[in-house]
Amino acid sequence: MAEATMRIFRGEGETGKHVDYVVPLVPGMVVLDAVHSVQAHQAPDLAVRWNCKAGKCGSCSAEVNGRPRLMCKTRMDDLPLDQPVTISPLKTFPLIKDLATDVSWNYRVNKKIPPFQPRPGVEWKMYQRDVDRVQEFRKCIECFLCQDVCHVLRDHGKKDDFGGPRFFVRTASLEMHPLDGADRVPLLKKTLGIGFCNITKCCTEVCPEEIHITDNAIIPLKERVVDEFYDPLAKLWRKIRGAKTA
Amino acid sequence: MAQTATPTPNSIASMPEMRRPRTERHDAWWLENWPFVIVFSIFAVYATWRAVWPHEATLYWSDPYLSPFYSPLIDPQHHWLPRLISPAILILWGPLGFRMTCYYYRKAYYRGYFADPAACAVSEKGHKRYCGETSFPFILQNVHRYFFYVAVFFLVVLWYDAIRAFFFPNGVGLGVGTVIMLVNVVLLTGYTFGCHAWRHLTGGGLDCFSCTASAQARHKLWQGVTRLNEHHMFWAWVSMISVGLTDLYIRLLAAGMLKDIRLL
Repeated sequence: MAEATMRIFRGEGETGKHVDYVVPLVPGMVVLDAVHSVQAHQAPDLAVRWNCKAGKCGSCSAEVNGRPRLMCKTRMDDLPLDQPVTISPLKTFPLIKDLATDVSWNYRVNKKIPPFQPRPGVEWKMYQRDVDRVQEFRKCIECFLCQDVCHVLRDHGKKDDFGGPRFFVRTASLEMHPLDGADRVPLLKKTLGIGFCNITKCCTEVCPEEIHITDNAIIPLKERVVDEFYDPLAKLWRKIRGAKTA
Repeated sequence: MAQTATPTPNSIASMPEMRRPRTERHDAWWLENWPFVIVFSIFAVYATWRAVWPHEATLYWSDPYLSPFYSPLIDPQHHWLPRLISPAILILWGPLGFRMTCYYYRKAYYRGYFADPAACAVSEKGHKRYCGETSFPFILQNVHRYFFYVAVFFLVVLWYDAIRAFFFPNGVGLGVGTVIMLVNVVLLTGYTFGCHAWRHLTGGGLDCFSCTASAQARHKLWQGVTRLNEHHMFWAWVSMISVGLTDLYIRLLAAGMLKDIRLL
């Protein structure tokens, strides 16, 4: 029977190392199956977070051969099996144990974003063309792979100054909502630090839901920040229109 | 099934070993940026040579073709322009600024030239203080939409040049140069009007596409721009290569190293 070597990170807190496990390959196997095989037969204390095994819960995020991916959506036969398959926890977040990391920082960022606030007296009626954009953002499963791969968080550790791609997607889903009346553009610039993003598109590359994070969320939000803070003509236009409305 | 190592307390590494390598990626991630770095560097060196080398300033025109590097043509006889300054220098800041602040090029050169990051999930070395686009000089990327306005002006001029390329000294015709100039300006149009800033200005800044008649019209325009924008990288590449080759073709004609073929 064909076999594969799984090089899985083992450890907790601030210590750990990769350990090799050999597992039998079966047709259609995904990386999460291989990890479960290790857990069932060789390392019952292996910590791994998972739930749906269908690419919808966003729990089994890890770094497979160095690339942030959902283990349940990564087929073993898509990987080079002549060498060990390296599986590591998400690098951006503190390690709890083995492949489980503490992603609670994300929930704290989420609390900074004002929720949906309908415009006063708004008619509760929406056309499909108005919600097409935000529906894309609602596909997010909060796997936090985009947060993990974003170099602003991963390498520069800007967790105090930067919200990360996931929360630009969430902010975009609110800002572009046809019935919402809140202005989150100052928050984007100051609290969520959208200016730190240098649009290298890694978040888009790793998104398992194939959300066009950079093109459809981050760049449009950056342009809204430009409207409000950096474009003198847009400011003048708003003043003129404001005067007219008054 | 065999376990080749057992994680016992004795085998668990301490802090120094906990430091992960620069990347655990197995693929050739370092190759990703080379196509951009090579092609863009060649283009940058060629464009600089064409713009600053004094002899090159005489090789911009071969009737009825005008090099895109020199269009609009400003004081080619140097009546007021100092001899040391080529007319191309007065032109190239516009298209250059548009490309350097373009969202696609930003991604490409941050990765390719600044290794910030070199590739996804590859750690950066030596970048102690990271400011992204929050401080000088990269905060200037926010003027992209102004360079878009400038680029539209240049585009109008290049369309004029492309149409003028049908009018030979002996009458209306079609040469290889005409086709090259036409293809070039079509590619530049695809690149310019697929711009993210333009996409925002057409309708991206709206929250409701159905609320007013003008918003509905802008939504249609936005959809068109979005279709172009989805392939912005493609347009960025082909238009950069085409503008360089168009200039090279006209330069070779002007230098007498090549003869234009009349098709009609």
